[in-house]
Amino acid sequence: MSALILIDHQDGSVAKSGAELAAFGKRIGNVTGVLLVAPGEGDGLVEAASSAEIDSLVIVESSDFKEHGITAMAKALTSLVKDRNPKALLIASSSRGKEIAARVAVATESGIITDAIDIDGDRKTTQSVFGGSFTVSSSVTTPVAIVTIRPSSIDAPSVTSTPSVEKISFSLADSERAVKISKVEPAVKGGRPELTEAKIVVSGGRGTNGDFKPVEALADLLGAAVGASRAATDAGWYPHTHQVGQTGKTVSPQLYVACGISGAIQHRAGMQTSKTIVAINKDAEAPIFDVADFGVVGDLFAVLPQASERLAKRPS
Amino acid sequence: MKIAVCVKQVPDSWAEKKMVDGRLDRESVDAVLNDLDEYAIEEVLRLVEPLNEAAGSDAHTVTLLSMGPDRASEAIRKGLSMGAHDAILVSDPALAGSDALATSKVLAKVIADGGFDLVFCGTESTDARMSVIPAMLAERLGWAHLTFAGAVRVDLDGKKVEIDRMTEFGVETMSASLPAVVSVIEKINEPRYPSFKGIMAAKKKTIDTRSLASVGIESSAVGASASWSRVEGAVARPPRDKGVKVEDSGDGGEKLVDFLMEKRLV
Ligand SMILES: Cc1cc2nc3c(=O)[nH]c(=O)nc-3n(C[C@H](O)[C@H](O)[C@H](O)COP(=O)(O)OP(=O)(O)OC[C@H]3O[C@@H](n4cnc5c(N)ncnc54)[C@H](O)[C@@H]3O)c2cc1C
Ligand SMILES: Nc1ncnc2c1ncn2[C@@H]1O[C@H](COP(=O)(O)O)[C@@H](O)[C@H]1O
Repeated sequence: MSALILIDHQDGSVAKSGAELAAFGKRIGNVTGVLLVAPGEGDGLVEAASSAEIDSLVIVESSDFKEHGITAMAKALTSLVKDRNPKALLIASSSRGKEIAARVAVATESGIITDAIDIDGDRKTTQSVFGGSFTVSSSVTTPVAIVTIRPSSIDAPSVTSTPSVEKISFSLADSERAVKISKVEPAVKGGRPELTEAKIVVSGGRGTNGDFKPVEALADLLGAAVGASRAATDAGWYPHTHQVGQTGKTVSPQLYVACGISGAIQHRAGMQTSKTIVAINKDAEAPIFDVADFGVVGDLFAVLPQASERLAKRPS
Repeated sequence: MKIAVCVKQVPDSWAEKKMVDGRLDRESVDAVLNDLDEYAIEEVLRLVEPLNEAAGSDAHTVTLLSMGPDRASEAIRKGLSMGAHDAILVSDPALAGSDALATSKVLAKVIADGGFDLVFCGTESTDARMSVIPAMLAERLGWAHLTFAGAVRVDLDGKKVEIDRMTEFGVETMSASLPAVVSVIEKINEPRYPSFKGIMAAKKKTIDTRSLASVGIESSAVGASASWSRVEGAVARPPRDKGVKVEDSGDGGEKLVDFLMEKRLV
């Protein structure tokens, strides 16, 4: 076996990043997908998890994942890594993914690389750092490489695999049950695409003055995800789970539309590597225009509805 | 109780960054206290200050802990002027080029030997942006892992801590008995500016600077040669092509759509 990949899932559906990790893993060798699930939850995920280039699937069942979170996930992966000695463990980059990777790296004495955007068959990775101003290539020198990869870094081929399926159960030692999760309020999933998976992101900032309707209207016409600046999430105008930036999500879509966002360095840290950037801002001096391919100096409440009207009328 | 706050000196986020031989050139930019660590200091001060005031003594102490070059003491001074009691700086030429695994090894050793049972961190250093040190500390110490806190509730007498973990996945409430590693997000509070009195007081506070030998770690276990990942190359991205900027004179939305169609984005 060569690459282990952790397949994220929520509410019975498998994240798109699973197929992406599999496509990267395939360059290294055989791919084993890992699903960490509550007892009985695994069977329902097998079909969705098989829409990826995987050779085998390991379903690890435990009630500890829900009750004890990251500690349990990291311990389960640690024992799998020790048992199977893969060349690499690939995990999707997220707050959770990076922390799981960190713990497994310590426990298995393996080198770790976070937020890679590419990895080759020799486990050499590419990262984009300092808001995309540098591209760095690195490699891990230990027998196992622990690498987290940003979602949407590759176009995964659409395939259907028939992996061998193995089920194992897992349980934490009592001494490892220090953390107890008592309540979970998952991010509200609207009908729109997920931010890190979307090809287009339309974001609103303080300039929306709390009215995200024109932002959402444009997003829906473009099939886009909606993002927000910290000013907008702090004001309670949009859920914090939609924050883009240093302390929010990092997105790298084909098109990023910033509406009423000044472009502070902390915001740019999360969107600067977008392929095309469009900005609408009343202030011609706003720093967002420094990174925009196309900028409109104007009122978003005039510009956005006009753009939406035109798009709605466009022949499809 | 002794509480430690892990703080890092980082290059100013506003400064233009240069890379030399695959490493960030730290000499060429201003160095500051990682701003995300200020939230951790502020949260701990808000926790202990009222208790110390009520007790009329410094029953609970706040120690800043940092690994970095000697000049990191400038950033530490800022934390001391906010109100932390003292600081430990692990500084040793052999540490140069350490990766997160080595850094966490050093910090964990100092924490374990220092009689702390609560450690606070920021969620991320603005230079490395890995968000891994708090998780690595929890793993190494075998302590409760309570990270990405948007709210922290500590019961120092009952030795319990509860947090609301706020991430892109939503909010999770979780609790544990001490010892614990807690990291906080930037939504948790508004860090104070050091007062004149605080700045004067900080001048008299001690920064205990330790070598690797005094921490009790072999120099062969850290530094560039012991790092398990290696940077092989770094290239500067060519500057973005200068974009087009138009004034909206009643047709800004139309022009925007023209641009999107021209670029085949819609
Ligand atoms: C530790 C730390 C972490 C941070 N992390 C993040 C992060 O992850 N993400 C993030 O976004 N920020 C982050 N920030 C905050 C960041 O520094 C900025 O404060 C924030 O991005 C500003 O949001 P904004 O652009 O919406 O608001 P402002 O800076 O207030 O800009 C609003 C803009 O809207 C324009 N405007 C107003 N009305 C209109 C109108 N009718 N039409 C068009 N334009 C209009 C204005 O000209 C202005 O440029 C962080 C800050 C710190 C200290
Ligand atoms: N060299 C260091 N010294 C002390 N604390 C650190 C150091 N590096 C990281 N930390 C702590 O770990 C947090 C996360 O950093 P990182 O994992 O590097 O993104 C920071 O906010 C600090 O609290």
